[in-house]
Amino acid sequence: MSNLSSLARSIGRSRALSPVILLLIWELGPRTGVIPERTLAAPSEVAETLFDLVASGELLSNLLVSSGRVAAGLAIGITVGVALALLAGLSRPGEVAVDPLMQIKRTIPTLALTPLFIVWFGIGEAPKIALIAFASVFPVYLNLYSGIRGVDLRLIEGARSFGLSRAELVWHVVLPGALPSLLVGLRYSLSVAILVLVVAEQINASAGLGYLINNARDFMRTDIIVVCLMVYAVLGLLADWAVRVVETRALVWRPAIVEQ
Amino acid sequence: MDAAVGFSANFSPLPSSSPESVVRLRDFTRRFGDNTIISSLNLDIAAGEFVALLGRSGSGKTTLLRTLAGLDDVKGQDVTVPGSRAVVFQDARLLPWKRVWRNVALGLRGADIRQRAEAALQEVGLGHRLDAWPLTLSGGEAQRVALARALVREPQLLLLDEPFAALDALTRYRMHDLVLALWRQHRPAILMVTHDVDEAIALADRILVLDQGRIVTEQRIDAARGERSAVSGPLRERLLSILGGHEEPTASVVPFRLAAGQQA
Repeated sequence: MSNLSSLARSIGRSRALSPVILLLIWELGPRTGVIPERTLAAPSEVAETLFDLVASGELLSNLLVSSGRVAAGLAIGITVGVALALLAGLSRPGEVAVDPLMQIKRTIPTLALTPLFIVWFGIGEAPKIALIAFASVFPVYLNLYSGIRGVDLRLIEGARSFGLSRAELVWHVVLPGALPSLLVGLRYSLSVAILVLVVAEQINASAGLGYLINNARDFMRTDIIVVCLMVYAVLGLLADWAVRVVETRALVWRPAIVEQ
Repeated sequence: MDAAVGFSANFSPLPSSSPESVVRLRDFTRRFGDNTIISSLNLDIAAGEFVALLGRSGSGKTTLLRTLAGLDDVKGQDVTVPGSRAVVFQDARLLPWKRVWRNVALGLRGADIRQRAEAALQEVGLGHRLDAWPLTLSGGEAQRVALARALVREPQLLLLDEPFAALDALTRYRMHDLVLALWRQHRPAILMVTHDVDEAIALADRILVLDQGRIVTEQRIDAARGERSAVSGPLRERLLSILGGHEEPTASVVPFRLAAGQQA
């Protein structure tokens, strides 16, 4: 008896309890007809659809197309962001030239540029990649720039007292000191890139997760839509994990990581 | 014993420049806006001399040290400092992203920098922490790395900016011995900024007291280190009274009185 009651108590305290209950209600809703299936498919059906999509290779091929867009957009965005941050962070004229423009850019919501980008780049791959690139520039720029400016002046002074040249100072002190900030920016850029991907893929896509969702919407296949939402979530988690792996390698000197 | 100390009652502001001086400042003045930090300062430090610089906060000690370190611009002023100099700051200022030996090797040139860094670290007793990360070092260890990093350059002038102020008493005494041993081995001229009168008396050949940007006292100590207990008492009294820090502690204590109603 006491075993049973302690089990009940530990279940009652478990953080998994409320998601499980939600899942149960979600499952029961469509099955009993309380929720029409065209409104929301039951989890069991979603799982089945997921299995089918994986088995047919449809999910993987579309996922690869979407990942390719994110990778291309991020590569451009991060490169431009890093270049601009170095320019603004390491030189006064660079700061005067670059920073005001970046602050103006920050006030424009990237997604509001979608119509303009369609006019400029058409409805192929180019506007999708351009939107992702444009959105991912700023987090990298802002964090790296403030990271460079925030490097401990006492360390710079200490290194300067040993006769380091300006280039050596930048290489040995400023850039390693700004690296943690760059990684924070990178993490933001990754999540922004996935956010923009979702919207960009709604533009006349013939492949990719967005294409899958649009198609499913036309046929009211809520099960496929839910599968795609799950994939988006997994993409976000993977992006976060990737940056964390880079962090543990690049910031190995930090005590929290050293002690592990 | 007074003879060994040689109190100089009227201190001459213009020392005769000896040919072997490595540091030479003449009529050196430093202003920030309307604030004059250092005014008309003359200073000579001989090769291999150990000089301690005492002064209250705001007396210009740090500004003087920064000038000698070449960290501040000295345009148009009569300042001579040797080309090879190194600084040990109060906070060790190690780069946390470089392993200990790379910190020591920072800015060194040549093929054998790893060996040189290793030798310097062994000299300060840290041969076993070559590949440690600086943030895992204790305060005393970090300061010893900073000493190794300064000495590996074989400087003619070693500048110490309150290097032991943040350390506990026992570690501080060990560091005193280490600094003296390294100084005897390498013979750089040393200027050590400190606020600790006893530390200055224990280590230095000559003690300078800086106040409001001027050297107000210069005191040479001729007694050998370790045989200074006889002279240190009166010298400490004198230096403390010049520094203005030697007030009777009771004078500033306000006696605590119970309010009339609370009296038993």
